[in-house]
Amino acid sequence: MTVPVVDPDLVELAASVFADATDDNLWDTLEQTGLARLAVAEDAGGSGGSLLDLAAVLVEAGAAAAWAPLAETDLACRLAATAGLEVPAGPLTFALDAPLSVDRDTVSGTLARVPWGRSAAAVVALGGGSVVVLDPATATVVEGTNVAEEPRDTLTWSSAAATVAAAPDGAAAEFALRAALSRSLLLAGAARGALTRAVGYAGEREQFGRPIGRFQAIQQQLALAAAEVAAGGAAAESAARVVVRDGITAPTAELAVAAAKVRTGQAATEVARVAHQVHGAIGFTREHDLRLTTTRLWAWRDEDGTDGDWAQRIGDLTLAAGADGLWPLVTA
Amino acid sequence: MTQTLSRLPALTPPAAELPARAEALRAEVREFLSDERAAGAWTPRSDVWLSGWDEDFTRRLAARGWLGMTIPTEYGGHGASPLDRYVVTEELLAAGAPVAAHWVADRQIGPSLLRHGTEAQRRKYLPGIAAGEVYFGIGMSEPDSGSDLASVRSRATKVDGGWSLSGTKVWTSGGHHAHAFFALVRTSPPEEGKRHSGLSQLIVDLRADGVTIRPIPLLTGAHHFNEVVFDDAFVPDDMVLGEVGSGWGQVTGELAFERSGPERFLSTFPLLAALVGELSGADLGPAGRRELGSLVARLWALRRMSLAVAGSLASGQAPELAAAVVKDLGTRFENEIIDAARLLVSVPPDPGAEGGYARLLADAVLHAPGFTLRGGTNEVLRGIVARGLGLR
Repeated sequence: MTVPVVDPDLVELAASVFADATDDNLWDTLEQTGLARLAVAEDAGGSGGSLLDLAAVLVEAGAAAAWAPLAETDLACRLAATAGLEVPAGPLTFALDAPLSVDRDTVSGTLARVPWGRSAAAVVALGGGSVVVLDPATATVVEGTNVAEEPRDTLTWSSAAATVAAAPDGAAAEFALRAALSRSLLLAGAARGALTRAVGYAGEREQFGRPIGRFQAIQQQLALAAAEVAAGGAAAESAARVVVRDGITAPTAELAVAAAKVRTGQAATEVARVAHQVHGAIGFTREHDLRLTTTRLWAWRDEDGTDGDWAQRIGDLTLAAGADGLWPLVTA
Repeated sequence: MTQTLSRLPALTPPAAELPARAEALRAEVREFLSDERAAGAWTPRSDVWLSGWDEDFTRRLAARGWLGMTIPTEYGGHGASPLDRYVVTEELLAAGAPVAAHWVADRQIGPSLLRHGTEAQRRKYLPGIAAGEVYFGIGMSEPDSGSDLASVRSRATKVDGGWSLSGTKVWTSGGHHAHAFFALVRTSPPEEGKRHSGLSQLIVDLRADGVTIRPIPLLTGAHHFNEVVFDDAFVPDDMVLGEVGSGWGQVTGELAFERSGPERFLSTFPLLAALVGELSGADLGPAGRRELGSLVARLWALRRMSLAVAGSLASGQAPELAAAVVKDLGTRFENEIIDAARLLVSVPPDPGAEGGYARLLADAVLHAPGFTLRGGTNEVLRGIVARGLGLR
């Protein structure tokens, strides 16, 4: 059994960076440590790590509710690279199904809910058969957020200069899957982060003369949440491994990534519920850090395709496989 | 407000991949099962590892080398990897094939004899298990000992040349067909404050004098469970498994094997496959496709978790926490299939049908209570998880 492994030192490095950096200096620290473009090729200015390395770091980023467009920068670099386009240094973001009108090297149009749009050095957009690298500084920006208060901005360009190249066939499907995989990994991490907090709190908070975690009612709830964390984590990690093994365009990768997004979305709902229930009223306040992971669980389960969207895709694959094809589909 | 966070224990082992050899084996098993079904040798059913007793089928599997796979060749087995066995097992369960006759012997008695048994015990039983000729039951639970297994009261008293056994075991699946079972019994009083001490596993011949087997019909009336009563039954010294007094460690040491296998999430898979058959060609709207896809996503994730545990077991680890998680999620999933089947197709369950969707649904509904009880209730499993989280 040859299973590629991720260097535990890398995971430790990422965890300590996310734990120690402030929101203000996190991106600089990520760049200094080579984590910012971890899985981007070295000749394209990255660290040359594998997708599995990135997967492990995204889980840590989710667990720590890291304030940085780590997944977005990776996807933007990959998307630009498939079309042979250059990207600037700094944090990047991306947009799929972009409704832009392209006239040679000028671009017009509006991109809604672009992650981290206001602070990105470039937006790499895919739409209408083109990949376009745009500068947010040339756009009108209307700031918005998701329920975790992460930037989700609306950017409008009017005859702005851009670099443009033809998108390769299948890029839209490929990048929808890549985005969903990254989001699944972040979700798996955030679920673990919320559970870690809830278990810690249950061990500290005393009521009726003992820590609430001594009560079976609380233990059973936390065990249910732990099972969800386990399932979401296994699904996301396995999906990353299938993508590495078979390639993102393989049918197995489509099912794996869709299943990972659905399963981590389901886990998000249950883990956030249990974590808040265990924390009681304090977890429902602005001053408590539980919200950093639970609001991300609520935001991310509906981003890069909701769990419902991806479940429907799997439903279609299942019906196409038929009764006799279901088991081969699941075991491929 | 921040708090110091300690890291959680690993809830699952690292993801595992099956070796190419195992995938080639999978193709062979599928071809075999396809031929069997084409010949009408059996009808796919739910919960076959409890209810599908078919000794002829078991012997056909043995002829293909698919029983006792992990038993070394010197004991009549095939010296294969546990991951090879995993593939064969999941294919059989997914097909709804009748695997009950050899189930207990193949899954746990063989490995347990290899780990704890004497050379003579291995020679006596392993070749028969691998040949599909020797069937075993389990004798753990008692009328007053279910989840609290250490409270067993069946007692073995030392006599000349062996032990005299008295007491009662219950829920022994297939005990009326099996040749022998492992009985967890008290061979000495517990030491002060150590209630797990003084327990031993004895290999009991179910045809011996002093052993009475009575049916305990399921709620359907079907006979799978049995009560086994010992009335001064004699068990020779050489039928003690391992050391006298080591029973508790033996039964708990193997729980990771029992709790994480494909039988913990595939008991109703034949119903899911039939559901897909019912829905193919029907005009299933988006909500229905989401319901179906959600279920398949859960299945995919469960199987990857179960495989990860299997990979960990194959490398000599005993991931008890992860195994408990697989069983808790997996047995609930077996029930979720029933919920989805009822939601998406308007066909009442029919226990009298020969086969098909209505019969699969009826079997699944009527067997469902057992899924979340057998092998450790889900509440007990969550207690194990809570302990792993450091809460108790």
